[in-house]
Amino acid sequence: MVPRIARVRRRQRDLKDVWTLDLEMEDGSDLAFKAGQFNMLTAFGVGEAPISISGDPAKPGGGLVHTIREVGAVSGALARLTPGSAIGVRGPFGTEWPVAEARGSDVVVLTGGLGLAPLRGVIYSLLANRRHYGKIALLYGARGPDEILFRSELEKWRCMLDIELLVTVDHAESDWHGSVGVVTTLVPRADFDPDHTIAMVCGPEIMMRFGIAALRDKGVSDQSIYVSMERSMKCAIGLCGHCQLGPVFVCKDGPVFRNDQLAPLMAAKER
Amino acid sequence: MEGLERIVREHPFFAGMKEEFLELISSCAKNVRFEAGEYVFREGQPADQFYLLRSGRVAIQLSAPERVLTVQTVGEDEIVGASWLVPPYRWGFDAKALELSRAIAMDAACLRGKCEGDHDLGYEMMKRFMPVLIQRLHATRLQILDVYGVHN
Repeated sequence: MVPRIARVRRRQRDLKDVWTLDLEMEDGSDLAFKAGQFNMLTAFGVGEAPISISGDPAKPGGGLVHTIREVGAVSGALARLTPGSAIGVRGPFGTEWPVAEARGSDVVVLTGGLGLAPLRGVIYSLLANRRHYGKIALLYGARGPDEILFRSELEKWRCMLDIELLVTVDHAESDWHGSVGVVTTLVPRADFDPDHTIAMVCGPEIMMRFGIAALRDKGVSDQSIYVSMERSMKCAIGLCGHCQLGPVFVCKDGPVFRNDQLAPLMAAKER
Repeated sequence: MEGLERIVREHPFFAGMKEEFLELISSCAKNVRFEAGEYVFREGQPADQFYLLRSGRVAIQLSAPERVLTVQTVGEDEIVGASWLVPPYRWGFDAKALELSRAIAMDAACLRGKCEGDHDLGYEMMKRFMPVLIQRLHATRLQILDVYGVHN
């Protein structure tokens, strides 16, 4: 439960309220991680928050790259840290995306908004090992053209001839000539074999719920759909109970779940 | 006409439709194309046709003071226009081709007349249109929710 000390090496603004921090451990050590895992980051004097790792699992230091949206006191304090600032790190925690299990299958990455950050490591892995996968479809939705995360990387990936990248925005002015509509509308258009596909879904819960419905409508089974839940994680070690969802703890048994295990738990209404 | 009937038959919207219905429908169809930037229809105009896109992309737009908003884009194999189905048969939005777009234009009065004359055809058309409308209603509700916004 004691955070280790790291320093901010680099701070990059991705969007108006979204920053990517690149850290280095003060003791020089590296943090090996699997795509899908998260670290608990401490802004000293303010608090601690779970932040998904958005780096490349294959690269040294990849486990210390985090993309943070300023939404509250802790995330705001973390996002405002400047190079050289001290930051606490606990982790990595949680389960990983099924990158290895997906070998030999088509892969659909369905994500929206900041949900692309926890999936960026997956995309790096898929592209670095392209020959091990069938068709790859990256489906991304954003609120508007100015809120497309990692836009330069998306543009680079779009230039690759052997993956399909579809991007849509919820709202746009007439100077945007791309697709306008919710990200779920991309699923029917994407080219993949539903019977031999692994789908990985991350984003706002409502988006994920409707995205899963769209995948099911196309014939993808719940056993082939994986979802990242990021609810109320506090201790990250299954102790405090804040993230408990029925019999599971999101921090320990997740955040990546297979949908056939998660769906019955999510079906229970909270109110 | 045979060429147009083949095109209508091959469009996914009419997949599996009975031959006799396809013949009826094809008599209301014609091939059209829109250059990039060309309006397919404008808000307030009579909704006298609807379109099955064969290629290209069309933006459904709404004009506001000093800005034009795109509420949805429609692509290949999708439908443009539903206001032809219900009175007063007037378009509620603008539709503008974002790129060269080819479509089958269906004469609305012709098709409504054929559906009135053959209710089986009418029901078949409703069965095909309703899923499109429901899917767009659901998608629009999701857009309204602003799921990517920060909600405290």
